[in-house]
Amino acid sequence: MKFKALLPLGIFVILAGFLAAGLQRNPSEVPSPLVGKPAPAFAAQRLGEAAGVQFSPTQMQGQVWLLNVWASWCVACRVEHPLLMEMAKQKVVPMVGLAYKDQPQDGIKWLERHGNPYVLSALDLDGRTGIEYGVYGVPETFVIDKQGVIRHKVIGPVTQQILDTKLLPLIRELQK
Amino acid sequence: MLPELGHFLLMLAMGVCMVCAPLMLVGAARQRLAWIGLARPAAVLVWALVMGAFLILAWGFYENDFSILYVSQHSNTKLPTIYRLSAVWGGHEGSLLLWMLMLVSWTAAVALFSRQLPDALVARVVGVLMAVGVGFLAFMLLTSTPFARLLPAATEGKDLNPLLQDPGLIIHPPMLYMGYVGFAVPYAFAIAALLSGRLDAAWARWSRPWTVAAWIFLTFGIALGSWWAYYELGWGGWWFWDPVENASFLPWLVGTALIHSLAVTEKRGLFRHWTLILAITAFAMSLLGTFLVRSGVLTSVHAFASDPKRGVFILIFLCVVVGTSFSLFAWRASKVRSEGQFQLLSRETLLLVNNVLLTTAAAAVLLGTLYPLIIDSLGLGKLSVGPPYFNAVFAPLMMVLLFFMAPGLRSRWKGHDWRALVRELRPEAVGAVALGVLLPFALGEWSGLVALGLGLSAWVGLATAMAIVRQLRTPQGLRAPAAWWGMHLAHLGMAVCVTGVTCVKAYEQEKDVRMAVGDTVSVGGYDFRFLGVESRPGPNYVADVGRVELSQGGRVLRELRPEKRKYLSSSMPMTEAAIDTGLTRDVYVSLGERLVNDVPGAWAVRVYYKPFVTWIWGGCLLMGLGGLVSVLDRRYRKRQAARGAVPAGAATT
Repeated sequence: MKFKALLPLGIFVILAGFLAAGLQRNPSEVPSPLVGKPAPAFAAQRLGEAAGVQFSPTQMQGQVWLLNVWASWCVACRVEHPLLMEMAKQKVVPMVGLAYKDQPQDGIKWLERHGNPYVLSALDLDGRTGIEYGVYGVPETFVIDKQGVIRHKVIGPVTQQILDTKLLPLIRELQK
Repeated sequence: MLPELGHFLLMLAMGVCMVCAPLMLVGAARQRLAWIGLARPAAVLVWALVMGAFLILAWGFYENDFSILYVSQHSNTKLPTIYRLSAVWGGHEGSLLLWMLMLVSWTAAVALFSRQLPDALVARVVGVLMAVGVGFLAFMLLTSTPFARLLPAATEGKDLNPLLQDPGLIIHPPMLYMGYVGFAVPYAFAIAALLSGRLDAAWARWSRPWTVAAWIFLTFGIALGSWWAYYELGWGGWWFWDPVENASFLPWLVGTALIHSLAVTEKRGLFRHWTLILAITAFAMSLLGTFLVRSGVLTSVHAFASDPKRGVFILIFLCVVVGTSFSLFAWRASKVRSEGQFQLLSRETLLLVNNVLLTTAAAAVLLGTLYPLIIDSLGLGKLSVGPPYFNAVFAPLMMVLLFFMAPGLRSRWKGHDWRALVRELRPEAVGAVALGVLLPFALGEWSGLVALGLGLSAWVGLATAMAIVRQLRTPQGLRAPAAWWGMHLAHLGMAVCVTGVTCVKAYEQEKDVRMAVGDTVSVGGYDFRFLGVESRPGPNYVADVGRVELSQGGRVLRELRPEKRKYLSSSMPMTEAAIDTGLTRDVYVSLGERLVNDVPGAWAVRVYYKPFVTWIWGGCLLMGLGGLVSVLDRRYRKRQAARGAVPAGAATT
């Protein structure tokens, strides 16, 4: 009886332990070891193109660009999406999408529905490219400079505040 | 001067709570009548203090006092007055103040509407609620006072988050918070019972109306939130399994289990431990929800008010509250024995099934919500759990729950001969199977899952309806107790809600199309003709208003005007969908993007046909109304013998 009565307390202690551990790890502020390093090379099938048409980061050499990791199954991606659309409209910076663990037809449908802010999207069916880039969760956004070096990484949806205070100043600086 | 006064009022409230909480608890333990007598006036005094602080903050918003930091961050002179007032809870600090106001309001309500309860019990309950209040007031005063000054004052404020500038959002947070915080009352009753060691049927009877009252608010709050997401976010979705939605759904699931378990404890004196655990857990889930929303440990579409530093405080608070409660439970519970027996087939057993299913569902939702956090803490990487998990786990559990709901409603306490029950429910079963098989044909395509969903809601609906018909045939007729009517209304609501969910999931149609002026698109038998887009200024935004002519079979029904708003304070565009609501279907148009590289005036337009979608919220409304009716039952207001000497199982209405 005594032991059973302690059971709820025990379960709660375990739960509280995880919550405490969770606090140490802010899901939206994880320093990436990749910042300051060259963007990992990859060659991936382009979304919505004939088989064999590939994209690799070297194709963007010479310009500042954003790599935005998204997925049709990701709810938070819809939150940042209008902002990306706005950026695309104003032609701030070319954006490449990485459709992370997504089925091509789902991705295409999603872009048709919500608008396509990307110059192109690369497919990452098995999440391998995601591993190379240390993707924690979707969405993530990488700022990559003219030399192909990752200069900044946003984990979670890009917000107006992040855009105004971090991304835009950095992009303008890099574009000089 | 006023903001300082507001801050001072909160400090005063905290002082009163710090003094009174121990006074009440010790007074009740030692039978000090003078101390116990303070419970009611003290509860009202704290309510007045917090209400004063709340009104001062509201006045700051009304007067556009941008020397208050919080006001300058969440309001703007161009903001319409009604939104200036609802902006009071548009951010973290203000919503905490609202939380606090709700807590003291519940406390005052318990103090004022419990004349029939023993004074010592009221003192204990008020004492526990005030102790909870100390924690939250400390949180506010130490980490997030809404009255911090901004000097020199800003000339103009930032704006309220445009997503929150909506009629639905004026009442959604207060409703939800009333529900969240309301579970503090059954929690306080449970702790009071544990402290006094008196865990009889009377305790369960006293907490029942309060539990149901909190549950009503939570039900309405969740329904409003879902409805808001449906018409405001422009995706046509009504539930996303977002961590913050789950945070409100968890206390609802546990609270629903608690309501049913309390019924067994009151009527039959059984499940006492279980009911205590549920009462503590329901409130723990409310606190956990607050923690998840406020700390930012999980990313969410609602993450507009998160700050990891605050998370530490809430987590400590959560640990103190829940840790003490469960320790108290472990210490005291062995003294409690459930008495009474029941047969395998009886209402007790079926309510046990209900409890097992609801808590399993709550555990599954909790696991799915915390899974990313757990995996991350164990160093196994970061990931998110999507709707597929929740749907796969939740839907089957609900199906089983619905199946047992009908016999649960119709069975008797103690024992029911299973042959008799089968005979009694045979017409309903035949009707449910027939409806389940036939209805999908009438609605469109036949599918097994739809048949199952509609069959089960027909099963519950028919069982409820037949129970009402049988009741009307008895001499008592309409004069059945209010609680009886409430119960049946609420379960009917469940059937209505499930019908809506099933139909929408199976038969909704959507089209995302490019439309130039004059183009027509057909969805679900309706024709939509795009008449163009005009620009129209609003008070603090500029809107592109689309004009879409809705017609059916050549007959023009009405013009729909979906909007795309651009708020002056942020460049994030907001969609305002135009919805033609009907009893059996909604027709939903939302404006996408202007297509720049196309012919002039061409837009991306989303058109949805949503059969029976309003039934989802209609069902929730019925459930809430059912709760309301049952709370009004005279039985709860009858003066009970001060010692709670009603033997278990004596009242069996």
